[in-house]
Amino acid sequence: MSAADIHLTDAEQHAATALQHHFDNMEQQRVAGTLGMWVFLITEIMFFGGLFTAYVLYRTLNAASFAAGSSGLNVKMGAANTVVLICSSLTMALAVFYAQTGSRRMQIIFLLVTWALGATFLVVKGFEYAEKFRDNHVPWLNFQWEGKMPPGASVPSIRMFYWIYFVMTGLHAFHMIIGLGMLGFLIYFAWRGRYTPEYHAPVELGGLYWHFVDIVWIFLFPLLYLLGANLTH
Amino acid sequence: MSAADTPIDPLNPVMPDPSALPADSPEWRVKFPHVNYINAHYGIKSWLLTKDHKRIALLYLASVTVFFALGGAYAIAIRLELLTPPGDFVQAHTYNKLFTQHGIIMIFFFLIPSIPAVLGNFLVPLMIGAKDLAFPRINLLSWYIYIAGALFTIWALLNGGIDTGWTFYVPYSTSFSNTYVVVAGLGIFITGFSSILTGLNFIVTIHTMRAPGMTWFRLPLFIWSTYATSLIMVLGTPVIAITILLVALERLAHIGIFDPRLGGDPVLFQHMFWFYSHPAVYIMVLPSMGVVSEIVATFSRKNIFGYSFVAFSSLAIAIFGFLVWGHHMFTSSQSVYASMIFSFVSFAVAIPSAVKVFNWTATLYKGSISYDTPMLYALGFIGLFTMGGLTGLFLAALGMDVHLTDTYFIVAHFHYIMVGGALMGYMGGLHYWWPKITGRLYPEGWGRFSALVIFVGFNLTFFPLFLAGYMGMPRRYHAYAEEFQVLNVMSTAGASILGFGLLIPGIYFLWSMRYGKFAAPNPWPATGLEWRTLSPPPTENFASTPIVTWEAYEFRPIEEMEVIGPAPEQSSRPVPGLTTT
Repeated sequence: MSAADIHLTDAEQHAATALQHHFDNMEQQRVAGTLGMWVFLITEIMFFGGLFTAYVLYRTLNAASFAAGSSGLNVKMGAANTVVLICSSLTMALAVFYAQTGSRRMQIIFLLVTWALGATFLVVKGFEYAEKFRDNHVPWLNFQWEGKMPPGASVPSIRMFYWIYFVMTGLHAFHMIIGLGMLGFLIYFAWRGRYTPEYHAPVELGGLYWHFVDIVWIFLFPLLYLLGANLTH
Repeated sequence: MSAADTPIDPLNPVMPDPSALPADSPEWRVKFPHVNYINAHYGIKSWLLTKDHKRIALLYLASVTVFFALGGAYAIAIRLELLTPPGDFVQAHTYNKLFTQHGIIMIFFFLIPSIPAVLGNFLVPLMIGAKDLAFPRINLLSWYIYIAGALFTIWALLNGGIDTGWTFYVPYSTSFSNTYVVVAGLGIFITGFSSILTGLNFIVTIHTMRAPGMTWFRLPLFIWSTYATSLIMVLGTPVIAITILLVALERLAHIGIFDPRLGGDPVLFQHMFWFYSHPAVYIMVLPSMGVVSEIVATFSRKNIFGYSFVAFSSLAIAIFGFLVWGHHMFTSSQSVYASMIFSFVSFAVAIPSAVKVFNWTATLYKGSISYDTPMLYALGFIGLFTMGGLTGLFLAALGMDVHLTDTYFIVAHFHYIMVGGALMGYMGGLHYWWPKITGRLYPEGWGRFSALVIFVGFNLTFFPLFLAGYMGMPRRYHAYAEEFQVLNVMSTAGASILGFGLLIPGIYFLWSMRYGKFAAPNPWPATGLEWRTLSPPPTENFASTPIVTWEAYEFRPIEEMEVIGPAPEQSSRPVPGLTTT
């Protein structure tokens, strides 16, 4: 039976063009892609894990200083950003849902909303960083501390807290920027009608990545922002 | 007019009389070349933009060979300086750069990518019966990332080099070294991603792309060890990436996470560094163990003794390997209780390693052994790895380690693992699969001769260093006490023999690519799927997806082996000596 004898529906034909030559079928390709993304996310966990290890060690050694440093962060902005990111995870999940069910319009709308929420996060983060520059809380630039000073705290250790804060949130923001680029790519191809119920693996994989970056923030927010809330002096 | 002169109609080939033109003779190959991955496309672009795992393996082969030569040049300079006790060939500062750059290049740019990226890339899809790795574009990307990291490092070398030792210990690397730490560090950071992507690709490929019937326990042991190696690459490399990034940031900002002025702890750096760099040792040696398992089975013509033990010992080594990093830090103010646990687990790693050695030996027992070049390297590996492993137990013992830390004993120990182990495995594998990679045979006599020269040269180079270190000669100094000179002269003499021995394969491999005899699909003969396709394989590896109905290492008479022959569109061209299915 030659290729011409096989009658394919439009959807099957579309899926067939998305199948790369070295895979036997779409299922194998989808499973490989998904596993690859999960393995990649494990490497990301190990990458951030190094920083979390340093955080745990230094916070154990300098608990008072970390609480003091934390009290200098803007909890309102951090909380707002947490809400923004959780909402963006919802919209991303909806975008994946509409890719699976084949609604091109809803898919694009939710990808755009996700993009906008991600951008909002970065803008708020930018205002926070600006605040740190204004208050001389940037550890590598003329660091000064006039905030709370509980017993046992010391300015060098508070400076260390801010170094960890900047490195962790900076790396997270870098991942957000990558995520926005990825969403742009998905929006472009969704607009071109590339993703159908038969073939939408990139949207799913993008979703996995986006949720991962959100989860990192879910850990960062309490660890960095909520340590100093109860400090009285 | 003889059969050999008759022009062949490609659409209607008539097989000539084999008596007039012996099958697989050079004349036959000239007349009936088969389309393979090497001659499928021509031009530099077809190589630089290829997504074929076999071509990418050759790109890696060329690049790691360049770095091996460069790292070897640094080794020559080091051994020349150590020929005489005073620092007369180079001064201390230059010497610091020499051993640093030797270490960085050999470890990050040769040993870590050598077997996984060259042989692994070439063999993983062939051995499991797949058309390619799961992510061919990512595979090519990993080579470009490797090259980008290499360029950064070369830039650092050309600008004056780096002198921190390959370990980048803080605070020297962050605050005091006046060399190109950030650039070299970035080079390693970038190259790390190449390693991560290679490991990721292998894991996904082995999970999802196995041919029908290729169950986990029918996989060749090389695949098991590559899988274990990939786990380490994926789990360990991100940690060195963040560590190096933190060092670079600290150097640029002049304050940072390892800075004691802010309450930071330089020992934390050592923990994070060795969390990767100890498992990295297993990235270097586990693939060699896989190669040796293949070679020992083939050249004993026996099923490997205790297949599942050898398979699981690879995973055990990968897992234990993550729990022993503290044995690099016995003298670094680490808690003595932590040291005791690390010491105990380090001893435990010896168990899966010994399982492998005993099982290889048991495979040899009553085997039909032939001493071809790959087998000589494999036997060399078993002996030298055993010595390296046993001296590792000296260093895992807490009291002994205090005496031996930072002496030449440890230099000798890890060279027995890195060169005696990893390099021997790499050379053995390269010889073993050379006929498959190039379709040509290397000259066997020269191969055996050079294997022996390398073995002798290697032992003469590094065995005296055990003695020098045991007597207290410290590492990383350009000058040393007079009483160590005899041992150092022996070592330098051995290094020149070793260097000469390594030049010979360099020459005959190049020679054989043009002038070597043509290789049959299964020249040894061996059992793996990679031997059931043509040499060199076609771009799509197999004409049709193989269906595996046999167990691993099921040795049978060669006549019964089926070859999964040429691809349909080229089947009009006869391929000699093959029964096609």
